[in-house]
Amino acid sequence: MAKKVLRELRLNRDWCKGCGICVSFCPKNVLELDSKDKVVAVRPEDCICCMLCELRCPDLAIEVLTDQESDNE
Amino acid sequence: MAVKDYLRERFFPHMWCPGCGHGTILNSLIRAVEELDLNKNEIVMTSGIGCSARISGYVDFHSLHTLHGRALTFATGVKLSRPHLKVLVPMGDGDALAIGGNHFIHAARRNIDITAIVMNNRIYGMTGGQFSPLSGPGVKATTAPFLTIDSSFDVVELAKAAGATFVARSTAYHAKEATGYLKKAIMHKGFSVVEILSQCPTHYGRKNKEGDAVSMLELHKTNTAPLGSKALKENPSLTPRGIFVDVERPEYCSEYDKIIDYAMKEAR
Ligand SMILES: Cc1ncc(C[n+]2csc(CCOP(=O)(O)OP(=O)(O)O)c2C)c(N)n1
Ligand code: SF4
Repeated sequence: MAKKVLRELRLNRDWCKGCGICVSFCPKNVLELDSKDKVVAVRPEDCICCMLCELRCPDLAIEVLTDQESDNE
Repeated sequence: MAVKDYLRERFFPHMWCPGCGHGTILNSLIRAVEELDLNKNEIVMTSGIGCSARISGYVDFHSLHTLHGRALTFATGVKLSRPHLKVLVPMGDGDALAIGGNHFIHAARRNIDITAIVMNNRIYGMTGGQFSPLSGPGVKATTAPFLTIDSSFDVVELAKAAGATFVARSTAYHAKEATGYLKKAIMHKGFSVVEILSQCPTHYGRKNKEGDAVSMLELHKTNTAPLGSKALKENPSLTPRGIFVDVERPEYCSEYDKIIDYAMKEAR
């Protein structure tokens, strides 16, 4: 089956209120809060595109944009 | 359509506190609507008063922000006059089951085709943390500084007993699961109830030493278990999640149409 690969973690810093839910529950520790208590992607290369941050974000501030990796790659 | 096409982006960032579970419930609901590919012009959301009720301002559907406890009455009017529309009614636990408790049981009894979503944070968030009929005993609230003594309703059991034909429960932690139940509830013909456990870190969490939003979400995980699971069997004190009722029964608007047909024939 074609696998999802990360194109972009689109983080809306205007909507983020810094609750830290995405940071705590990301299974790969991709996200952190910066000094302004806003989300930043510090290890995007580790993202497995599970979408959990996007689905749980109470501020609707996260979009995990993905591409399909083709089978013969 | 994309998720954002169902939002009124001009009102964001929203009014909910950091980490409030109500935002995640909005997130789950928008995704359910998007995955069902519903036309937003054919959805009506009615809501009452409360932090939860503010949800109707953020969705780009037809919306009615009404009176505390009365969201289901407005929804009943909308549904009876425009039965082809999907009617969604998110409510806080106080809105749905304190002041609105009577409307809740009667809407269920009639089996009118409305989707009720109980955003249960076990407290009155908007007015500063008074206890609700969902708080249960042993909870600290502004109106119970020495702990509550009232037993709570079980939303699922209440909805079942009152006659709801689809009843499910999930949590803000289990966002994907909640979206799945919401999809089924929206497509169900009849009165459907989805209780989604929410967290109010500002009032409930702080007063009851449950910590921040993250630790309150951890409790959604550790205090609940799927219906029929081994975990639930071994520890019946856990709150079950799942679909508890999914049955068919004559729907109110369809029955009403029959009465109209009958009356028209009689009049001829
Ligand atoms: C008729 C009436 N009575 C009381 C109030 C005050 N009031 C506003 S919101 C609310 C309760 C909110 O709690 P809940 O419905 O659980 O929603 P939450 O804010 O926790 O999401 C109350 C009692 C009101 N607005 N109208
Ligand atoms: S007071 Fe509670 S329910 Fe209201 S927005 Fe804040 S966290 Fe949410």
